[in-house]
Amino acid sequence: MAGMTLYDKLWHSHLVEERDDGSALIYIDRHLTHEVTSPQAFEGLRLAGRRPWRRDANIAVPDHNVPTDSAERKGGVAGILDPVSRLQVQTLDENCAEFDIVEIPINDVRQGIVHVVGPEQGITLPGVTLVCGDSHTSTHGALAALAHGIGTSEVEHVLATQCLLAQKMKNLQVRVSGRLGEGVTAKDLALAIIGEIGTAGGTGYAIEYAGEAIEALSMEGRMTLCNMSIEAGARIGLIAVDDTTIDYVRGRPYAPTGELWDKAVAAWRDLHSDPGAVFDRVVELRAEDVKPQVTWGTSPEMVAPVDGVVPDPDSMDSPTRAEAARRALEYMGLAAGTPIRDIRPDRVFIGSCTNSRIEDLRAAAAVVRGRRVADSVKQALVVPGSGEVKRQAEAEGLDRIFLDAGMEWREPGCSMCLAMNADKLGPGEHCASTSNRNFEGRQGAGGRTHLVSPAMAAAAAIAGHFIDVRELTEA
Amino acid sequence: MMQKLTVHEGLVAPMDRANVDTDLIIPKQFLKSIKRTGFGPNLFDNLRYLDEGEPGQDCSQRPVNPDFPLNFPRYQDASILLARENFGCGSSREHAPWALADYGFRCIIAPSFADIFYNNCFKNGILPVVLPADVVDALFAALYANEGYTLTVDLRAQRVVAPDGSEWSFDVDGYRKERLLEGLDDIGITLKSADAIRAYEARWREQSPWLFGGFDRPAS
Repeated sequence: MAGMTLYDKLWHSHLVEERDDGSALIYIDRHLTHEVTSPQAFEGLRLAGRRPWRRDANIAVPDHNVPTDSAERKGGVAGILDPVSRLQVQTLDENCAEFDIVEIPINDVRQGIVHVVGPEQGITLPGVTLVCGDSHTSTHGALAALAHGIGTSEVEHVLATQCLLAQKMKNLQVRVSGRLGEGVTAKDLALAIIGEIGTAGGTGYAIEYAGEAIEALSMEGRMTLCNMSIEAGARIGLIAVDDTTIDYVRGRPYAPTGELWDKAVAAWRDLHSDPGAVFDRVVELRAEDVKPQVTWGTSPEMVAPVDGVVPDPDSMDSPTRAEAARRALEYMGLAAGTPIRDIRPDRVFIGSCTNSRIEDLRAAAAVVRGRRVADSVKQALVVPGSGEVKRQAEAEGLDRIFLDAGMEWREPGCSMCLAMNADKLGPGEHCASTSNRNFEGRQGAGGRTHLVSPAMAAAAAIAGHFIDVRELTEA
Repeated sequence: MMQKLTVHEGLVAPMDRANVDTDLIIPKQFLKSIKRTGFGPNLFDNLRYLDEGEPGQDCSQRPVNPDFPLNFPRYQDASILLARENFGCGSSREHAPWALADYGFRCIIAPSFADIFYNNCFKNGILPVVLPADVVDALFAALYANEGYTLTVDLRAQRVVAPDGSEWSFDVDGYRKERLLEGLDDIGITLKSADAIRAYEARWREQSPWLFGGFDRPAS
């Protein structure tokens, strides 16, 4: 028998029941909940008179529409100015109380973006199945967890049954040989992969990232890469367990200790694809070929290296792609042939479940240190991914570096990544953003998003236009 | 109880662009609702109206975009949406199928769908139908050429039938088909396997005891 892939192993170890009709019941170890996609699920339980199957598998944290402004945030839930947002966060509190689910509340130091909090607190562990009503749940696959986003009906289903009705995905391996160059990050790699396989390239697959360049990534870099899997169409992104994984998990608040730790580590060591495992598809990239990336359109696949130009739709092979590019350029207010470096952001956003961890903030601060944000940039927001990230950044003095440069230092939350709170773009404004989606209107109606790494966002803030970060850091 | 779908005949409307994402289907400001209904008036809000939509507005008083097909008189009361590749990409928000269903769509036909959206449709009485790209091209041409163009979607037979009698078969997973045909509640079905879930849980607890115990203890 051929060896198993990492995904195959995770699937089989959680299989409760296989049915003749092609479906299966998969057991869920960890269920993370936030305020936006859960109220209707709790309402469903209430109407059916059901209770959570297992309270100790669940944890909740508000993140999507909590305010990031310090003054507004001080008032806690009651202080949220937007009454609709306030009701939603309040509803999460009430539902967690009613259904006896542990919640990290709004102003707890551990609060933050659910995909930052999970790994940080040791809630996410290697080998678990983990779901959340948010598509960027793929993030947790960096720890070799079978993790993916689910809809609200499935949130209710997991709460009520501890299982998901599922169907096995196909296996796609993305192999990245060599090492990423200086100033080139996991975010650039993620964008380069999406540029290569397209925004639907991973549809129907679980992606496993492998190769020398992946092994060399830190855990936080791996989270950034797995986070973006969904932007390539794949619900799941995975990376095998190695020493980097084990070292990251050790000592986390909810990680096992003592004898249990040793037992867990022994089990986790098997969480890799076997030699000879068969993938349905393999994509290979050379890390050396990846340059800092900037998206120019309204889909993450519309991406170019920073030294490139906005492409010409007329030169595209498929009519559908050409039409999409034409529409994107019109929306973005860009002409074909424009050098990426000539694009000038009005705002800069450093944050989101993709890029708001301490290494991201360090990378941005290293670029900004001792410099000032360009006058043409109206606002540069730095939003840490959690209270713990914020505390660590402040201990290192990163907040001062950002503030001295003329940037804003905020409270943790999803913020301008999806602009459910007050942080958003105005119509026509360009944004250098470390988030994950450049869809039309994503960061505010009419807003124009360019996805980049934290270092590249910082460089754009300083230069007032996109620039290869290496030009600033090597000087 | 989910609405059943067996055979559906309905007026077809076009959504003629690739990679229609869930932010486009239902913008984030409407995700603040704690209800499951009422999203229909805000379906495709950024494209449908000329102003910026906010929750709680009376949408009948808002300026509509006359260039957006769903606002054309000929597509009023459409219940089948003809779309392009990778429809529903982006977030997991079930508000997207809620908005489509609330507007009145029962079926979406496209060359491909994003995984999470595809799955979410079946939970809400919407049938996503995958047809080959060249067939979808032909359907768009027929739709534009014929006012009042309807299609019949037969889930049991897994066929789409055009007014001229031409028809195309489509694939759908057995378990999804059954549930939609019968309007069955997933949770009720899964709970019939409660003994199997408990048995698995006991084995798994034995094997991976560190995964049980919960998150009550204070973080150090």
